[in-house]
Amino acid sequence: MQQTSIEQAVYDMVKQAATVLPPDVVEVMEKARGLEEGDSTARMALDTILENIKLANEDAAPMCQDTGWPTFFVHYPPGWSTARMRREIEAAVAKATSDNILRPNAVDPLTGKNTGTCVGVGVPTVEFIEVESDKVKIDLLLKGGGCENTSAQFKLPDGELSAGRDLDGVRKVVLKAVYDAQGRGCGPAILGIGIGGDRAHSYKLAKKQLLRKLTDTNPEEELAELEKRILTEANQLGIGPMGFGGATTVLGVKAGVAARHPACFFVSVAYFCWASRRATLVFEDEDNYRVEQ
Amino acid sequence: MSAIELTTPIPNEQIAKLKAGDPVLLNGTMVTARDAGHKYLIENFVEQHNEAEQETFDKLRGYLENGIIYHCGPVVKKEENGSYRFISAGPTTSIREEVYESEVMALFDIAGVIGKGGMGGKTLKGCMESTCVYFHAIGGAGALIAKSVKRVVDVLKIEFGTPEAFWVIEVENFPCLVTMDSHGNSVHDRVAEESGRKFKEMLDR
Repeated sequence: MQQTSIEQAVYDMVKQAATVLPPDVVEVMEKARGLEEGDSTARMALDTILENIKLANEDAAPMCQDTGWPTFFVHYPPGWSTARMRREIEAAVAKATSDNILRPNAVDPLTGKNTGTCVGVGVPTVEFIEVESDKVKIDLLLKGGGCENTSAQFKLPDGELSAGRDLDGVRKVVLKAVYDAQGRGCGPAILGIGIGGDRAHSYKLAKKQLLRKLTDTNPEEELAELEKRILTEANQLGIGPMGFGGATTVLGVKAGVAARHPACFFVSVAYFCWASRRATLVFEDEDNYRVEQ
Repeated sequence: MSAIELTTPIPNEQIAKLKAGDPVLLNGTMVTARDAGHKYLIENFVEQHNEAEQETFDKLRGYLENGIIYHCGPVVKKEENGSYRFISAGPTTSIREEVYESEVMALFDIAGVIGKGGMGGKTLKGCMESTCVYFHAIGGAGALIAKSVKRVVDVLKIEFGTPEAFWVIEVENFPCLVTMDSHGNSVHDRVAEESGRKFKEMLDR
């Protein structure tokens, strides 16, 4: 496949991500609704969320007014120009913003001015990964600011929590992050966990876990068990949807590992709100593409 | 649990009857305000009274006496005829306004504040002093809440940018939950305490 313009395709992907929640997330949320008591505020909250998802889908309107911080992972064939792809991605994001699909979410910290286009220094975030394939594939996350604020990074050991440098220590600090978030991150949440790395890589690894489908199983057995246990225990905390109290605090837990420095043991928790917007753009050839969720 | 319907302006006696945990449907006029808006109100009307901003003050007072502030940075579409339409308008995190809110409540004798995530002790005290409640909207339900916005009545301080401007809107059946009442009760405090106890148990497992 020769390098071709990806602008329109990226625009379509952004639009779908902002307006349609991945079906696996909807399914888990519908199941969770059934677990909440009939007359509870938790069920009321989940009903409202499910109704909102339906409306956003029907009207092709952003499900949440905070359309998030667009983060792209571009898997591209050898020889493609990343500078050109970045220009096209930025153009697609700016157009989606002027079409009210994205909210202008890029603010200059020095002047306080909003660029108005959702394009600024470092945004959209784009990571380029060259792959041994002749087709381009792009993953997208739209993660809101509220749940980015409730995300967290820890270093083990943590004396206060008696959290050691092992998976049980990881469990403890992740539960701490869920407890600290209470209702402020728009739960029920999906937790991406990054174990290892330096500080920067650790958080990126956590964020990348959010691209995984809730239905997948971690091939690393120990991690699969950890994910399951954290899911159960986080829900036992009883924080509930929106922090109203209830059985549904977390919808899914996904963990990944990277090498760590002998002196460091970082654990990052990327807390994703229920509006866990992700999409993947797949090209068949120069002219044909589809958006998967 | 059927929702209590309220229409602005909401008199103090009605607010005093609300209890933490009550679901409500709101109707009438409300004003969006978030970080820039709250900072502006404090700097121009609380720390001093800036005569140059009197016109905005009078307008806001008209809308906010026994009225509602909504913590929201909406996606708004400007129609070809110059009017505005709300596209997506869920609540933003309220705790960022904790330093300002109780003073803003007193400034305009506000009936309620809508947001998400709850607020702290200073605001809870403000709710008691100004007979005010905190309504929790459903975070992220931007499309649904935008549907309950029937009309954009006015916009003040548009120069703050779309998310930060004061949007005066008319709503119908806006769903939310009272999570902090005017008697010092907070759902957030209760849930934090209960989940904190369970968290401590889990550390020992």
